Amino acid sequence: MTITPTPSEVRGPESTPKGRGPRPFQLGDRTVQWLFLAPVVIYILLFFGYPIVKNFQMGFQEYGTAAFVSGEAPWVGLDNYIEVVTGSLFQTALTNTALFTLGSIAGQFIFGMLLALFFQRRFPLSGALRSMLLLPWLLPLIASTAVWKWILDQDNGVLNQTLLALNLVSEPVPWLTSPDLALLAVVGVNVWLGIPFNVSLLYSGLQEIPHDLYEAAALDGATGWKAFWHITWPSLRPVVNVVLILGVVYTLKVLDVILGLTGGGPANSTQTLATDSYNRSFVEFSFGTGAAVSNILIIIALVFAVIYLRASRRPVDE
Amino acid sequence: MKTPSNTQRFLNTGLGVLFLAIMLFPVYWMVNTSFQGGGSAASSSFFPTEPVLDGYRRAIDQQTGNLVTSLLVALGTVVVSLAIATPASYALAKFKLAGSNIVLFSLLIAQMIPGIVIANALYTIYNQVGLLNTIPGLILANATQAIPFAVLIMTAFMRGLPASLVEAARVDGAGYFRAFFSIIVPVSKNSIITAGLFCFLFTWSDFIFAVSLTTSDEVKPVTLGIYEYLNGEVQSWGPVLATAVLASIPAIGMLIVAQRYIAAGALGGATK
Repeated sequence: MTITPTPSEVRGPESTPKGRGPRPFQLGDRTVQWLFLAPVVIYILLFFGYPIVKNFQMGFQEYGTAAFVSGEAPWVGLDNYIEVVTGSLFQTALTNTALFTLGSIAGQFIFGMLLALFFQRRFPLSGALRSMLLLPWLLPLIASTAVWKWILDQDNGVLNQTLLALNLVSEPVPWLTSPDLALLAVVGVNVWLGIPFNVSLLYSGLQEIPHDLYEAAALDGATGWKAFWHITWPSLRPVVNVVLILGVVYTLKVLDVILGLTGGGPANSTQTLATDSYNRSFVEFSFGTGAAVSNILIIIALVFAVIYLRASRRPVDE
Repeated sequence: MKTPSNTQRFLNTGLGVLFLAIMLFPVYWMVNTSFQGGGSAASSSFFPTEPVLDGYRRAIDQQTGNLVTSLLVALGTVVVSLAIATPASYALAKFKLAGSNIVLFSLLIAQMIPGIVIANALYTIYNQVGLLNTIPGLILANATQAIPFAVLIMTAFMRGLPASLVEAARVDGAGYFRAFFSIIVPVSKNSIITAGLFCFLFTWSDFIFAVSLTTSDEVKPVTLGIYEYLNGEVQSWGPVLATAVLASIPAIGMLIVAQRYIAAGALGGATK
């Protein structure tokens, strides 16, 4: 950014209270200062605080269509949680959430890292190519999902047609319609979506590693893979932590990709906690159990949020 | 390290172009299919050799209202989010208020709360206060994604502003509000633009609040229009992907026109 006001321009000679410690505030300053912060505080309370409390409360209520008509939602204790946890779908949704998250993160990170390392080399147009790489990240997810659904189409999709033409498969692969393959396909699409974000964070992390480190290592004979292992990786660790944890938090939220590609099917093979919560509330109109699932989801997300805050604070303190 | 030769450098450019082509193939395929007609679900050819505009005609016919809704919601969210986030960022960056850390911490956590959690509760609240199926309802809901991001990115920037900048104005008798509008806002222009662009893009792409907080055809963002195509059996991909292209125009436009802001935001979102 380009703001560099010189001190002499903005500070008159007599106006600076020198040697008095902090600038003396007049009475009432605090009140005025709080006015700047008040709108965001009110917004946080209304749109984060209240919904979280409300959701917590709804988890203990029978909150179906009847509740919307009568305005009365009876308390049912832990019934919603018991129904959710002992339901046949819960195990599946939990396993799918874990597989979807792990698979997505691993894929995004590995490809993101390889591309970030590649763009470290200096070559013509590298900057332009790197910024065009951001495009998949900026498109509306549902727009990308639409084209992927067409690419993965069993009968007329370009992926199967290419694979058939190259004789890599003998018959069209049911990417989105087979319970064995759908989760893999959904992970693949999500990896594609996440690569740009990983590349841009990892690339900027790589740029901050001082060049002398590599020069010193080269004198000791460490280049290539050795240099990566002994210099790049340890120096990049804080950035890697942030990228991975943010990846988990963002992947847990994913809803549009799965709903658009498979709707959670076939046979619930791509149902995750997020899609399950959505279905219960907005398809089956059972907001009580929907709230129960989303409260479980929020606890998982918060665990990673705490890990993130610890991981991202460390490099600042050093 | 040895400097790479010219051949090597251009070889790398070739490789880079290849990687980019693979990554952007779906985007190409979206544009390509959008120009191919045919009512059936027949496969697309690799190039739109005989481009037809049928897809766009149907997309514009069916989705114009939804595109306008998305635009109004996105612009509204930018205005509301910046109006709340800009003064807050200034306060968080420069005033040492007792609760500052709690507010910043809440916003960091808020960024990580899955949208479905908020949507679940908002539906019941909106149902009571009559905000379902309204543009203001969607604006306020989308601000839950936009405000934390905007505050974090602008606070990081404003921390770097020299304290003397405001002191001078204050000594000249300007109140906090005048100092804010005549000094802080102009010098923070770049970070405000970055925050605004991302508020726009987040909201324009929003799916979760669109799908949960609207049930009518009058107020329906374009993302929901696309989802409804996908939800049924797709008869013809031309109009679906023409809509997807139309919905992607803001992102593509911003990447071209406002590249440096986008690059700043891409990093700022995570590294504070």
